[in-house]
Amino acid sequence: MPVVIKAEKLSKAYQLGEIGTGTISRDLERYWAKLRGKEDPFLKIGEINDRAKKGESDVIWSLKDINFDINQGDAVGIIGKNGAGKSTLLKILSRVTAPTTGSVKVKGRIASLLEVGTGFHPELSGKENIYLNGAILGMRKAEIKRKFDEIVDFSGVERYIDTPVKRYSSGMYVRLAFAVAAHLESEILIVDEVLAVGDAEFQKKCLGKMGDISKGEGRTVLFVSHNMGAIISLCNQGIYLKNGQITGNGSIEEVMKIYSDDRDGGYSKAVKILNDGKKAWLSGFKVTDEDGTEHIQMEGKKTVQLEIDSTKQLENVSVGIGINDVNDVRITTLFSKFFDKKYTLQQGTNQISCKINHLNLKPGTYKIAIYIGNDQETLDYYDNGLQFEIFHSVKQTHLLPDSSQGSIFTEQIWI
Amino acid sequence: MSKLTDEKWDIELSPQSSPFDLKLKDMWHYRDLLVLLVRRDFVSFYKQTILGPLWFFVQPLFTTIIYTFVFGSLADISADNLPKPLFYLAGITAWNYFADCLTKTSTVFTVNAGLFGKVYFPRLIVPLSIVVSNLLRFGVQMILFLLIMFIYVFKGANIHPNAFLLIFPLLLILMAMLGLGLGMIISAMTTKYRDLSFLVTFGIQLMMYLTTVIYPLSAVKQKFPSYTWIVEYNPMTSIIEAFRYGFLGQGTFTMLSLGITTLVTFIILLVGILIFNRVERTFIDTV
Repeated sequence: MPVVIKAEKLSKAYQLGEIGTGTISRDLERYWAKLRGKEDPFLKIGEINDRAKKGESDVIWSLKDINFDINQGDAVGIIGKNGAGKSTLLKILSRVTAPTTGSVKVKGRIASLLEVGTGFHPELSGKENIYLNGAILGMRKAEIKRKFDEIVDFSGVERYIDTPVKRYSSGMYVRLAFAVAAHLESEILIVDEVLAVGDAEFQKKCLGKMGDISKGEGRTVLFVSHNMGAIISLCNQGIYLKNGQITGNGSIEEVMKIYSDDRDGGYSKAVKILNDGKKAWLSGFKVTDEDGTEHIQMEGKKTVQLEIDSTKQLENVSVGIGINDVNDVRITTLFSKFFDKKYTLQQGTNQISCKINHLNLKPGTYKIAIYIGNDQETLDYYDNGLQFEIFHSVKQTHLLPDSSQGSIFTEQIWI
Repeated sequence: MSKLTDEKWDIELSPQSSPFDLKLKDMWHYRDLLVLLVRRDFVSFYKQTILGPLWFFVQPLFTTIIYTFVFGSLADISADNLPKPLFYLAGITAWNYFADCLTKTSTVFTVNAGLFGKVYFPRLIVPLSIVVSNLLRFGVQMILFLLIMFIYVFKGANIHPNAFLLIFPLLLILMAMLGLGLGMIISAMTTKYRDLSFLVTFGIQLMMYLTTVIYPLSAVKQKFPSYTWIVEYNPMTSIIEAFRYGFLGQGTFTMLSLGITTLVTFIILLVGILIFNRVERTFIDTV
């Protein structure tokens, strides 16, 4: 397959902080350097982008010397933590902004979907907005006309098509907007987390459409999402960005593996901040499979490992672990009280584990809530930002439940 | 990869591009967008109103009445021996077109940051759509002007439309280009530092008083011969004077002054396009 996108030493620098009276002198200095044909004096001191650490310079490299090739017909999932440079990369590829250094060469038309409903005008009717939005995304009027019925049909808002979109419910608005974008005919489609909207039925429809685009129609798709389930089911290739650099690039399974092995206990750090005044608190958390790696798959045994820091010895402590899906719907609760198991916490760090033998969660992201308490009080309750991922297994042959069919896959035999 | 595939890339995204690359091919592809943006501006203007497009008449009509009263009757400023309402209406209609083009274009980047930050299309489409949708508005206001003019002609007033009417399209293009060019310069200069945008709102007001909207150039020549150049060097002056001369038969301009205006306009437009093109590529990072 020919290469359709080729990035060479691509970098993008951003200036941190506010722009105001203070920055004019620097701008002049830059301009002066440029006039004399010298290098930009402020770009040299830029450093790698790690948002958690305070840097010395206020110029930051959101992307630094990125090289990659994307072949025609590939569906590429771009993954990484918040602030890793994913959106910057998409912005450059969709020509919203220009790179600071380096270049990208592209073959064919690019359509980008960084947001649904870009350019929708609230006063105009659904019909008028289909035309306007389509044209903004790069469609010709004749093209939109030809696909108009298909778009309306896909969106399912036919009855409201002559009503101003400001009267639409937010769901209808998104449906209409995605419907337009889904019917773009560009060779390359760039999509940024827009599927996190709409109801389950529509999300399924969108994912289906995206699948058709990449698999059936042979077009190239770049897809950013935190929904690992969606990425795995759509993409065959992956790029893992970390602090503005490519840490993994290859088939989606490989990249996912690198991604899951690479997480440096970031979650437990987030927890530690909230220990003020508590007698005991959650300080570490991870979910592993039988081999102890964090690349957990649907089938197989899992272990939830908790670290609990305690200021003194505490008796009769019970621990609860709630597992929620991404929409915060509780799937199941693991609770030591169910089995009358009481722990004694020693001063310092304690390790508590819970083994799960049969819980086939389908691939995707799950949120966790942790309760630690004794008979008198709640020692710690944490339900914000803890999550783990279930990855696809390569050997899996059967289909999986979609978003409207629940999160648990039950072993089943049909006779 | 073979050399062969490397050769025919459709798009190359790099830090710098030629300032003269106007992406005309892209612009042509997006021509439907231009039409739809114009339509959006026009339609959304009078949505949920009863009078609809008639509102385009209201502003020039009332301004003319007030000007006739304040400047014409109270201050008794000369109107080149023309019927006063017609004199002011001619000035206001032309000036409004220029001023609307300028003010709307000058905020293109800041107003459309949300849109520009999410999707690519040739940015020049938006200022162009502003000029065209203001042209529609101007067209509607011209109808009002012509209507009132015919009333005066019918009443036998002292107006003499003449062959200079034929340069009206040229005047129109000059006004559009001037507003567009100045607006683009300002819009490009206000993406990072907003200071200049404060100047625009009152600057355009002040500039109107230095243009022959509420007084004729002949009156300035008569009263302040040594300061006439301030008004005369203003490119809008000769446009409005020529406009009045063509339609009403009174106005002070020469082919030379009109020629200079044309030259200045072209230079401003060129500079505007160059700066706009330069800023367009990364303005979203600092807007």
